[in-house]
Amino acid sequence: MAWRLKLVPEKTNWDFFQWQTLTFGISVFAVVASIVITLVMGLNFGIDFKGGTTIRTESGQPIDLGAYRTALEGLKMGDVSITEVFDPSFGPDKHVAMVRIQEQAGQQALAPEDVQRVQTALQTVAPDVKFAAVETVGPKVSGELIRSAVLSVLAATVAICIYVWLRFEWQFSIGAVASLVHDVVVTIGIFALFQIKFDLTTIAALLTILGYSINDTVVVFDRLRENLMKYKTMPLRDVMNLSVNETLSRTLMTSLSTLIALGSLLIFGGDVIRSFVFAIFIGILLGTYSSIYVAKNVVLYLGVKRDWSKPGADKGGPKGTRFATGP
Amino acid sequence: MPFSLWKRILIWGICLLAVIYALPNAFYPRVERHNDAIARIEKTGETPELAADRALWPNWAPSKIVNLGLDLRGGAHLLAEVQVADVYKARMNSLWPELRKGLTAERATVGGVRRVPAPDGELRVQIEKPDGLAKAMEVAQGLTSPVISLTGVGQRDYKIEGDGNTLSMTMSDAERAATDDRTIQQSLEIIRRRVDEVGTREPTIQREGTNRILIQVPGIGSAAELKGLIGTTAKLTFQPVVKRTSDGTELAGAGNVLLPSLEEPGVFYVLEDTPVVTGEDLVDARPEFDQSGQPSVGFRFDPSGARRFGDYTAENVGQLFAIVLDGKVISAPRINSAIPGGSGIITGHFTVESSTNLAVLLRAGALPAGMTFLEERTIGPELGQDSIDAGKLAATVGYVAVALFMIASYGFFGTLAVVALALNIAMIFAVLSLIGATLTLPGIAGIVLTMGMAVDANVLIYERIREELRRGNGPARAIEIGYEKAMSAITDSNMTALISTAILFFLGAGPVKGFAVTLTIGVITSVFSAVLVTRLLVTTWFAWRRPKTIVV
Repeated sequence: MAWRLKLVPEKTNWDFFQWQTLTFGISVFAVVASIVITLVMGLNFGIDFKGGTTIRTESGQPIDLGAYRTALEGLKMGDVSITEVFDPSFGPDKHVAMVRIQEQAGQQALAPEDVQRVQTALQTVAPDVKFAAVETVGPKVSGELIRSAVLSVLAATVAICIYVWLRFEWQFSIGAVASLVHDVVVTIGIFALFQIKFDLTTIAALLTILGYSINDTVVVFDRLRENLMKYKTMPLRDVMNLSVNETLSRTLMTSLSTLIALGSLLIFGGDVIRSFVFAIFIGILLGTYSSIYVAKNVVLYLGVKRDWSKPGADKGGPKGTRFATGP
Repeated sequence: MPFSLWKRILIWGICLLAVIYALPNAFYPRVERHNDAIARIEKTGETPELAADRALWPNWAPSKIVNLGLDLRGGAHLLAEVQVADVYKARMNSLWPELRKGLTAERATVGGVRRVPAPDGELRVQIEKPDGLAKAMEVAQGLTSPVISLTGVGQRDYKIEGDGNTLSMTMSDAERAATDDRTIQQSLEIIRRRVDEVGTREPTIQREGTNRILIQVPGIGSAAELKGLIGTTAKLTFQPVVKRTSDGTELAGAGNVLLPSLEEPGVFYVLEDTPVVTGEDLVDARPEFDQSGQPSVGFRFDPSGARRFGDYTAENVGQLFAIVLDGKVISAPRINSAIPGGSGIITGHFTVESSTNLAVLLRAGALPAGMTFLEERTIGPELGQDSIDAGKLAATVGYVAVALFMIASYGFFGTLAVVALALNIAMIFAVLSLIGATLTLPGIAGIVLTMGMAVDANVLIYERIREELRRGNGPARAIEIGYEKAMSAITDSNMTALISTAILFFLGAGPVKGFAVTLTIGVITSVFSAVLVTRLLVTTWFAWRRPKTIVV
């Protein structure tokens, strides 16, 4: 037998319900804590949702945040925040900062003169400062973006819920949605806790997480359905354990290969998309956990119809589209 | 053997095509120069340099490449809202003379007529004899015509209401919608002409929603520059001057308008509201220098404009007339003699740059309405290049790491999955190039993410084959069952992935849309490559070697 990398032993028979009160408790706690943290600390909305301007500055000299701040205070532009950006790909003489300026009263977009004023002010501190990117979003657009972001996450959840309901049973659908809500809410909570910039790309990340997490869950459900038909008398709890054990290797393999690809992006992909990649990374960790510990627990609580071969019910056997048939 | 000969040919054919069509992207700068050169040669004729650029890439080879998004190429992005209501006012102003003419003809019944102030989009007049209101409404009705549009069937363009001695005409909803639509179409056309005049590559100018326009111009230095070019209405008029004043609050009087001077602060002009000629009468405008060597803008009228301008100047020698741009008086020269030739020169405090810009704007025509900018983003070309480099590095490292992981986990079968993965990436690029999609930085992230997720189908299949082998099935049987039983899970997981990417696509603005596009294509091509291609590889290998046992 040739050597193979094995994430889990060939045949596992772990009882995933052994600590179900504990794991489920942790999940519920994490969701509640995330909601509380998000409500108390608030999210660090980017300009997509809050309006305003961000300027990415580049300079050959080390950045003195205090001096930058003092230089910009004189402009009376209201709330101005400056953060330094670090990335391994920057050479020793590349220093990047993000300047964020609040919406200016009565303007949809920052006037070109204002951008010029900011540049002039910063040049007194760092003469070689350059603006690598300037982005302004007016209040009208940011309001609409928030609405469409919330709508799209809800729409995706509902659409997935309907799909799972059509393909499986309503109990599965509830279980899937519970795990999706868990993943999305906890990811948002982590963004609130660490005050990571939350913008349109974060929403894109959340939608990706939805897609990924359901992917994991569905694979477990698919096996569960198959085993329910096979072992008609085995207690539901045991069938579930068997299904999770059987798919465990695949679940971990896929998560790991995705995390490997994402890890490469996280390290080498540059700072521009780091928060986006970070959100997906976290979401996939959560998605893996929730498909093992959340989705099926909910189905267990709800109970499920056992006889899938009954007329009118699922015809039995995997329903996947057959791309090819043997002779 | 689950594949008939033609199926095998089809699968290999698709893979080969994918590689061929993805290939130009590997030589991006070359192919881009080749394509640019072809476009330029078509437009301006061949030069040795352009021919040399064209020769960089063979003409017979596919030359479609992915578009790089603004975040990768650098450039400016603007979202503008057209102030469609601006047009209503002008409409009412042009309706008033017609109505006045009609009512004057019925003077006996309606008496004197007077226009009274009303909100934009409404024309309100008072008549002397309230008894004549019915007749007046009849006259007004005669000025309306049916709206021709899909939604406004049966509606007329103006709604007429009468009350006592007041008659009002307002634009109907259908007419407003039709007018708005025309305004946006015109604005789009004019913006396109202005951007084309400065000749940057492939700008995106498209309508968003009902009254917005999205403008993306790669390679332009800043959004401010772009705004200067398209944000100006550039409505040029030549109006008779009533008088010059320094009182900005002076009442202009009926039929007149008070406008500030552009150059001299504190100076105002009272002008007649009806222009003699407008920018629409121009056929050409170009930057020039006047006699004293100052930058200026030369222009020429079309024949009817030239006649009106000639007649007016002949009748008003010694008077002032004002050249007005967007509500500000650029200059107000005295008419020294009749100007019959239909050409002239605008002097002011121009720089070479501003005179060139004004000439561009006048040539392209005035925007029908003003615009406000809701969103603007400028990305420098260096930042874009940094992002490309980072994306390439991350994708390469990601691919190698996933490949090692797959080979370590599944040995020979892992290698097959890695080959399929490479074909998958080629397919993504081929499809992106063929449909002319735009690759953004999140799009690159989408490709890297696809690498991680595409092997999922292989993992599902291989795990299943392992299980079947453990159950004691023979190699051929195990492979067959493995592929077939894994399909259910593969279908479900990819369908749900497609649901969320489809929603992403509709949510998406710019970069996020790019992410949705690559992820969607990636999901679809990964099913093809991870299921069909690996199965074909496995069965071909199996038929060739006929192994007694296999190790997955």
